[in-house]
Amino acid sequence: MSLLERSTLDWPDVIYSNFRRAGIRQVGYVPDAGLSRLIQLCQSDPEIADVVLTTEEEGIGLVAGAALGGQRSALLMQSSGVGNCINMFSLVKQCRLPCLIFVTMRGEYAEFNPWQVSMGSITDACLRLCGFLVYRIEKAEDVDDVVPAACDISFDSNQPVAVILSQRLIGRKRWNN
Amino acid sequence: MLHRREFVKQLLVERGDLLVICGLGSPTYDVAAASDGAPNFYLWGAMGSASMVGLGLALARPDRRVAVFTGDGEMLMGLGSLATIGVKQPSNLAIVVLDNQHYGETGMQPSHTHSGISLVDVALGCCFKQARSFGEAAETPLAREMLYSRPGPLFIHAHVSTQELKQVLPERDGVILVRNFTERLRASTKQS
Repeated sequence: MSLLERSTLDWPDVIYSNFRRAGIRQVGYVPDAGLSRLIQLCQSDPEIADVVLTTEEEGIGLVAGAALGGQRSALLMQSSGVGNCINMFSLVKQCRLPCLIFVTMRGEYAEFNPWQVSMGSITDACLRLCGFLVYRIEKAEDVDDVVPAACDISFDSNQPVAVILSQRLIGRKRWNN
Repeated sequence: MLHRREFVKQLLVERGDLLVICGLGSPTYDVAAASDGAPNFYLWGAMGSASMVGLGLALARPDRRVAVFTGDGEMLMGLGSLATIGVKQPSNLAIVVLDNQHYGETGMQPSHTHSGISLVDVALGCCFKQARSFGEAAETPLAREMLYSRPGPLFIHAHVSTQELKQVLPERDGVILVRNFTERLRASTKQS
């Protein structure tokens, strides 16, 4: 197995190990196929409270509450969910709270569903407009470098940070038709 | 019908180590009037997020009781969060909705609860351990008992009048609000 193939398999495990290293205790998410392995890892960890959300914007409140109580947290969402969060982002911005979001992309590389393109094509710009530092990962070998750096700047410097996991990294969605 | 400020005052007098998250608008003025120097966190925006801030705090501090005070409009905007709370079943979290059936900040337009939408039924459907309405001042001790003694998640629904009251305005700067809350939380943790 080549290094790239191996690390492609492992990228959710690399993110999870960084959650442990950073001391993240709450993980909020709206499920996405690309996030399923990472969600499973968080669910199976008794040290992490996994919180399934009905909509991504709930996660911003969760993050703020966790920070008020002295805990670190992270959010997992698909690119479409970023649009749901926009007004809620004012909470972490006004309060200068850390906010670490992992965004799996839709609507770009090899997208089948045109409805995903509208939000997918503006996800990065929306996050930047809302004051986020945005780090995009295209290749699996970059995960182990970018993710710890994103955790550090978010929690050590109280910044809203988004790590964008590109559709090319996650792989194309398979359709049964 | 309850007098909102009096009800909140009665719930928050001798509050022990209770932590309070406050939704925007009139509940903020009620909580600020009752006990502004306590560990309260006031949301001046992010409408619909109060219950989730309460959940994040309750999960982070299982050793403390957390109460979210909010209005019907703010609660309606975050109804899904009741389902999210129902999944997690935090035993230390209570949601207190001060329901005047109107959007007080924007000119008293009727809210959904004015048309009979029942927030208590929603909370019960979302597996809250206990959810009930209060409408008489004589019931306030019962609401207090529920807030401080029962296992959560709890939903306390207060029918309050639309009477306009003086706005008691706490700090608005988010950074200062976070600092005030965390310092008071730390100080009260040391005492206990």
